[in-house]
Amino acid sequence: MTGSVTRTSGTTGDKGADAVDATLEVVDLCKAFGGHRAVDGVSFTLAPGGSLGIVGESGCGKTTTARMLVGLVSPDSGSIRVGGRERSAPTRNRAERLARAREMQMVFQDPYLSLDPRVVVRECVEEVLRLHFDLTREQRTARVVELLDQVGLGEREASALPKALSGGQRQRVAIARALAAEPKVLILDEAVAALDVSIQAQILDLLAGIRRDAGVGFLFVSHDLAVVRHITEDVVVLRGGRVVEAGPTVDVLTEPRHTYTRLLLDSVPRVGWDPARIAADRRALEREAGGSSGD
Amino acid sequence: MSTLRIDREAADGAIVRRPGFGLLRALRQGPLFAGAAAVLVLLVLIAVFAPLIAPYDPDAVDLTATLAGSSSEHLLGADQSGRDILSRVIHGARTGLLGPLLVVGISTFLGIAIGVAAAWRGGWIDAMLSRSMDLIFAFPGMLVAILFVAVFGSGLTAPVIAMSVAYTPYVGRLVRSIAGQEKARPYIESYRVQGWSGWTICVRHLIPNITPTVLAQSAINFGYALMDLAALSYLGFGVQPPDSDWGSMINEGQAALLQDAMLPSFAPGLCIVVAVVAFGIVGEGIADRVAKRER
Amino acid sequence: MAFLEIDELTVRLPQGRAARPILDGVSLRVGEGESVGLVGESGSGKSVACRSVLGLLPEGAAVSGAVRVGGRDVLGMRRAELRSLRAREVAMVFQDPRASVNPMRRVGDFLTEGLRAAGTAPAVAARRAVELLEAVGIRDPEGAMRRYPHHFSGGMLQRVVIAAALAGEPSLLLADEPTTALDVTTQAEVIAILTRLQAERGTGMLFVTHDLELAAAVCDRVYVMYAGRIVETQTAAGLFARPRHPYTAGLLASTPRLDPDAGPPKPIPGRPVSLAEAPTGCAFAARCAQVRPECLVEPPALVRADDAYAACFRVDEGIVT
Repeated sequence: MTGSVTRTSGTTGDKGADAVDATLEVVDLCKAFGGHRAVDGVSFTLAPGGSLGIVGESGCGKTTTARMLVGLVSPDSGSIRVGGRERSAPTRNRAERLARAREMQMVFQDPYLSLDPRVVVRECVEEVLRLHFDLTREQRTARVVELLDQVGLGEREASALPKALSGGQRQRVAIARALAAEPKVLILDEAVAALDVSIQAQILDLLAGIRRDAGVGFLFVSHDLAVVRHITEDVVVLRGGRVVEAGPTVDVLTEPRHTYTRLLLDSVPRVGWDPARIAADRRALEREAGGSSGD
Repeated sequence: MSTLRIDREAADGAIVRRPGFGLLRALRQGPLFAGAAAVLVLLVLIAVFAPLIAPYDPDAVDLTATLAGSSSEHLLGADQSGRDILSRVIHGARTGLLGPLLVVGISTFLGIAIGVAAAWRGGWIDAMLSRSMDLIFAFPGMLVAILFVAVFGSGLTAPVIAMSVAYTPYVGRLVRSIAGQEKARPYIESYRVQGWSGWTICVRHLIPNITPTVLAQSAINFGYALMDLAALSYLGFGVQPPDSDWGSMINEGQAALLQDAMLPSFAPGLCIVVAVVAFGIVGEGIADRVAKRER
Repeated sequence: MAFLEIDELTVRLPQGRAARPILDGVSLRVGEGESVGLVGESGSGKSVACRSVLGLLPEGAAVSGAVRVGGRDVLGMRRAELRSLRAREVAMVFQDPRASVNPMRRVGDFLTEGLRAAGTAPAVAARRAVELLEAVGIRDPEGAMRRYPHHFSGGMLQRVVIAAALAGEPSLLLADEPTTALDVTTQAEVIAILTRLQAERGTGMLFVTHDLELAAAVCDRVYVMYAGRIVETQTAAGLFARPRHPYTAGLLASTPRLDPDAGPPKPIPGRPVSLAEAPTGCAFAARCAQVRPECLVEPPALVRADDAYAACFRVDEGIVT
């Protein structure tokens, strides 16, 4: 548990016992695609049951980082550890694959593409249980009902195919499915970005409740600072694959130290917003960085 | 007739439609589709119940009826050996459909296996499989078939094996590209994150989701395969006399043409045309429906 | 008289494809040089309303009401009139710049084709296009003319699209979620350009967005849509100070805020009315905390409350959240 961005949340009881075992530590993670360094020396720590935001604009490396964490992309160098167990190398066998899956699960951005169109909701959750736990049929059925209930879905949705569900409902299914493996860390990759505002607030509310009850740690990848402000305790700001600022969310968002963080904050539309000034600041920052790409 | 005219322009991922069938495309929807489908059902029924429907034994020689014209006794007349042409055409539907069915079945199976393996594993496996498929494209299927017949003897087996090999890359290339797109979809990625093995994900989720597109290609291939196999037996490399087969019947009927008897070659020829056109219309129709559904 | 007037526009899809109209008695005004926001969630009908101004309506739809641009009825226009309307008077900027520019053609061709079609000499059109590119802040405009769309980032390409939209000197600009696909900092820059040019040229603007905050930052006046109806309209400042419709209030409460003392976003329960549902009363009743029996009987009409209009039976009572 090192670095400035570790702060434990109020997880208690028996969860606390294995919580010691669930710290996510990322050290000096690098990944290049061709000659482009998408992720360049990113490090952070997520305390057990904590909530860490990774923010930045498109191309900042936040999604690549998330994908490396769950093993969809293999890092060029650096280390990813959960509870001290290294997971940056490819898995060698089934047991290792399953163990890693129980450490970390992910919810994807697009609810319309993240569910198999042929699999009904109940089955979608149940197959995770079948893979990971040795339960009887009755136990499994009961657990599916419990998980779906946890995300606010009932019997009617359980027997529906994804196409019969709205975007918000699909995202709930994706969350239930991720929770089914009882992961220690849940990665939410722009998980509310594709949803309408009123639905987005519902999902944020749901996620806050899940973290409180299940004690699962959140890694919240987002471009939306206002969302990050409400769901995370710590935040890492990425730009061009590098961490430009990190710290407790409240501090970073109220007193940003890096000019880029300030620019990001100023850019959020609100009453009295001055887009012309932001544009000028942005150009100034680009000149300072020697950037000539334009965007 | 050239067996494999590869449309190099056809981009990876598009269903390969042989040039010359363009006209059929205009007729593929509406009543014509239903009509063609009905013709196919009828053909299958005829093939299955051939012994019950056929008025005569297809091999029964009746020298008194040599080259008899159409009459109430022989609806389509009789050939040089006095065999009833209608009965032979009916029995010919069996080999006529069985051959292409085997070719399409085997090539679809192999194509899916190779295409999915190439797309899923990528890297050198992909390179090797893709180059192998290109290599097969380079050899005209007809020539390979003739070579096989020379080595393994005539009959249905050798041409079917050769044609299956020749048709596999059509399916394989299509599968490789759509499986590649499918693999990048979040729902497949989420199964990987859950810890499933690649094999299970492919068999349970990826292949079923690409099947409609693959079947559309296979339905189109069916018509081509029927034509190619008929051409082989016309050339004397396929089913051997006295077994009835449309292709060899045309060949045998050629001599009768000189004696002003049209039916011995015309009747099986018409059958081939009807079957190929019907498969073309149905295949194109299915392909369109799949494309529409995906949009 | 306002430059754009939409009056009681109702659009129904053919039988069996939707249970309720996509647009249900929508009326809105955009004056000369005024910028007006049209805010709603997905399925609210905001894009359909926006497109109707160009005479673009869903295929086979039954339409009643009127859309008038500069006093002329768009819905009754013949093809040639519609073309000239789209070329000279009303221009549109779409959400995804990549989808609205032909990737195979140079940016210069894209910018000048409208002008050339309208009879401008090629050299004049090219000079004008360079000026426009300069106006939207593209460095080396001459060079940009010769480049292809894939050479530009999303934000830069959206500027090109804005330049093209302004090329015909339209009196009205329709912007359908023009910055939704862009990053926040890029969004700010594109909005800065859009609002500056719009103000300089006195172009009216209908700005369609799902983002109430953005609409308020850009527009003078805002219409809020829900399930095909306008539920509230008032000035941007008034909307935040005193929302009149429970939906607007709910939308504001559910938007996460950056202010240090802001509470967590408060969700609106339930979900938006889909096209397959046709509630008899107020479409928002099922999600509304202040629902009363009469809300379920018939939909409330838009009524005046001080400077605002809201379609709610309890508009006079104020909103308790």
